[in-house]
Amino acid sequence: MTSVQLVVVGGGPGGYAAAFLGADLGLSVALVDPEANPGGVCVYRGCIPSKALLHVANLIGESRHAKAWGVEFGEPKVDLAKLREFKNNVVKRLTSGTGQLVKARKIQYLQGLAEIVDGHKLLVKPIGGGSDVEVQFEHAILAPGSIPAIPAALKVDDPRVMDSTGALDLPDVPKSLLVVGGGYIGLELGTVYATLGSAVTVVEMTSGLLPGADRDLVEVLAKRIAQTMKSVLLETRVVQMKAEGRGILVTMEGKADPKEQLFDRVLVAVGRRPNSGIPGLDRTRVQVDDRGFIMVDEQRRTHEPSIFAIGDVVGEPMLAHKASHEGRVAVEVIAGENVAFAPRAIPAVVFTDPEIAWAGLTESQAAKENRKVSIAKFPWGASGRAITLDRTDGLTKLILDPQTERLLGVGLVGPGAGELIAEGVLAIEMGANATDLKLSIHPHPTLTETVMESAEVFFGQATHVYRPKR
Amino acid sequence: MADFTLPELGENVTAGDVLRVLVKPGDTVTKDQTVLELETDKATIEVPSSVSGRVTAVGVKAGDKVKVGQVVLTVEDGAGKPAAAAAPGPKKAAPPAPQASAPDAGGAAGANTSNKIPDGGQEQHVEGAKRPAAPAPERPSTAAASAGKVVDITRGARPAAEPAAADLPPAPAAPSVRRMARELGVDIDGVSGSGPDGRISIEDVKAHAKRLLEGAARGGGDSAPASNVPLPDFSRWGEIERQPMRPVRRKTAEHLSAAWRTIPHVTQHDLADVTALEELRKKYAKDAEDAGGNLTVTAIAVKVVAVALKVFPQFNASIDLGAEEIVYKKYVNIGIAVATDRGLLVPVVRYADTKNIIQIAVEIAQLSAKARDRKISLEEMQGGCFSISNLGGIGGTYFTPIVNAPELAILGISRSRMEPVWQATERGRGRAAGEFVPRLMLPLSLSYDHRAIDGADGIRFLRWVVQALEQPFLLALQG
Repeated sequence: MTSVQLVVVGGGPGGYAAAFLGADLGLSVALVDPEANPGGVCVYRGCIPSKALLHVANLIGESRHAKAWGVEFGEPKVDLAKLREFKNNVVKRLTSGTGQLVKARKIQYLQGLAEIVDGHKLLVKPIGGGSDVEVQFEHAILAPGSIPAIPAALKVDDPRVMDSTGALDLPDVPKSLLVVGGGYIGLELGTVYATLGSAVTVVEMTSGLLPGADRDLVEVLAKRIAQTMKSVLLETRVVQMKAEGRGILVTMEGKADPKEQLFDRVLVAVGRRPNSGIPGLDRTRVQVDDRGFIMVDEQRRTHEPSIFAIGDVVGEPMLAHKASHEGRVAVEVIAGENVAFAPRAIPAVVFTDPEIAWAGLTESQAAKENRKVSIAKFPWGASGRAITLDRTDGLTKLILDPQTERLLGVGLVGPGAGELIAEGVLAIEMGANATDLKLSIHPHPTLTETVMESAEVFFGQATHVYRPKR
Repeated sequence: MADFTLPELGENVTAGDVLRVLVKPGDTVTKDQTVLELETDKATIEVPSSVSGRVTAVGVKAGDKVKVGQVVLTVEDGAGKPAAAAAPGPKKAAPPAPQASAPDAGGAAGANTSNKIPDGGQEQHVEGAKRPAAPAPERPSTAAASAGKVVDITRGARPAAEPAAADLPPAPAAPSVRRMARELGVDIDGVSGSGPDGRISIEDVKAHAKRLLEGAARGGGDSAPASNVPLPDFSRWGEIERQPMRPVRRKTAEHLSAAWRTIPHVTQHDLADVTALEELRKKYAKDAEDAGGNLTVTAIAVKVVAVALKVFPQFNASIDLGAEEIVYKKYVNIGIAVATDRGLLVPVVRYADTKNIIQIAVEIAQLSAKARDRKISLEEMQGGCFSISNLGGIGGTYFTPIVNAPELAILGISRSRMEPVWQATERGRGRAAGEFVPRLMLPLSLSYDHRAIDGADGIRFLRWVVQALEQPFLLALQG
């Protein structure tokens, strides 16, 4: 039995950020997670390993591209075992780092699964067996994250049908791979496998890839994917999958021709669902909505006043950086600060090639809300830096309030978009307007100039874009 | 088609909670028919229709908060013109409420409503000030006003504000500034920024908070923010339940806080020997009962205080700090604190100095019943000069009542009880001088506003009240 001021259930980027800040603020903290070290899906089976693989994919892509500049490396020889090791080492290095930070902060780390007893008590069932540990707490933060959603029709008990976790294990490079789901997970992992040599087919139920992102950004990516992948089937769904000796026989309806196709492997990445099935949650007043999200107020407090919840389990967007921010807000509230989760922009990044990133209001959302906005676009064909990279397919877009000229949203597509978006987030949070962006000197020659020049486009005065006077 | 909009309800009343809607679509209403029961801050009001015809739509339902000018219902073949509709405020002719669809409202009501326009304009201005960079012309209400119509100021301003706000970008403030505003309990959307394009700085937020606090300290009344001191998490120590404050409770809280902040209170206590009075009270109780009242200590105290206010006119006054004047009243209205299930209400006995005790007793009985049955009108709770709070029915010895501002004093009455009282002088009954005698003693507490009343006057007033209770002859002698 142990008694703490704060217990955090779930050691992902939301949970460990919360636990660490709790300790920094002087609270006695326990952190519960089934893994040996904090990291969660993000570090063990998500953002981090996929980015390690995407980095390698990008290198291969660029080396192929170099042929056009007179530099040839020949076809790459991929040592899968070594590549896996690199990826695993990345994960190991990060998680042992978080482990050390736990020790340094004197946080009680309980490796196990939590079961809630009531609003001030939970049990931890140790992973390695042994008796339950009872934890008395003043406050709890639930950060159990999310898990891959697999529709019943796509549940096949065969290792060749993988979810994102299985695909990240990189068992082999299949000759043919079907990716079910044209969201960011499917496209990122599809990119890795396509670059390594698989013939990748993507099936998406809706009429476009990356639902939620602005179409003009997706358009740029779609063009590129059309070259790197075998085919992208929109408005198509998988109705049945059968494991056979020669492969997985997939029956589709929609734009697939033929309807039945054989694939060496299938990656199911149709989405993730909140992991709110925490044992004993029903013994508290915590409420879960009809989509499975734990309901919280703006301070991330549940209906049980001593229990907070953060991250994927409380709602979209299911992003690590949103969870970390929420975790820190919840801890500050617990420490007695009157703060709230009130961001004006949460950046989203898709690490495909090219990358897509956006923050704040999107153009499609503004259209849906019937909200009047001004759009300023700067095509990367006019960027010196993009031309030196021989990547002029990018686009920078500002969504602005027509009256106040305030920046409401930023959309980006192109190599490095994921890094560029941070400036947009800061500008939105600070309440910057188009003039502010225009008057801030950006370094030359970089892709960041496209943000400044988009603002100039708004005023019809971009140095590198000529717009005839009307 | 004609709309019936909520007319003005009385002084300082701009909104109410709908208790009951008495008509539904399809019904036929006639002018002056009661269509709505409304609970305002202090009273339950029956709202009569100003239009006649068949109801095609009802715009409100029980539980809604409605504002003056808001459409309550729409009728077909509306006979009563909205302009004529303006009068149905409770009792006297309130200035015509601004009406939407009256083509002649601009001309006819011009004189009366013209002073309403700046009100609406101001509201617009304040809204505009939140976002200096967003020029107002797109706002529908302003557009309507500029079209020269004297129209639904409240109605126009309200709904328009919502969509407009949604369309405006959020307040131009950095995360650090927004966080500080939250910590200070300041609504960032209400802060006007001093930076370029209305950018809000930490200094702006601090200055805004300071203004709010100063407003509160000056007794700024309703505009003062409620207490923003963060509460602890009570549930840490056991089960809790949250309930919304009733309108009466909310208003009482605001009113008493304002009075407590503004008035330097002094409370003076004394004891009245009511042994003889109690005998008289019992003797004449039947007379009051026959008249429909109860001969209570409160009823007697109303009469005593009414006369005392004539003897001590400095107690029948209010302070006008703005004008640096004291307002003396030539009439005597006494408020009686009544506990109801909705909260504390203070109905007023008018011209108490001109009434005898039985008349007062009957009136108190009627007013209390009305207050408890939610039938009391706002009018019946306004215009008091002095208040009496009698807790003696429950118990207690002394307490410190809070002055019902803008009155200057309040008398608190506790429970009388038999006490041994030292009688130093012979009373002509052959008893030896100097002994304890059982007497019925009534504890009294007078709180007064020390800005207007000196301590010596305070005790003189209370002594007079005590003596009048002991020697009712004083009432006739000096009153």
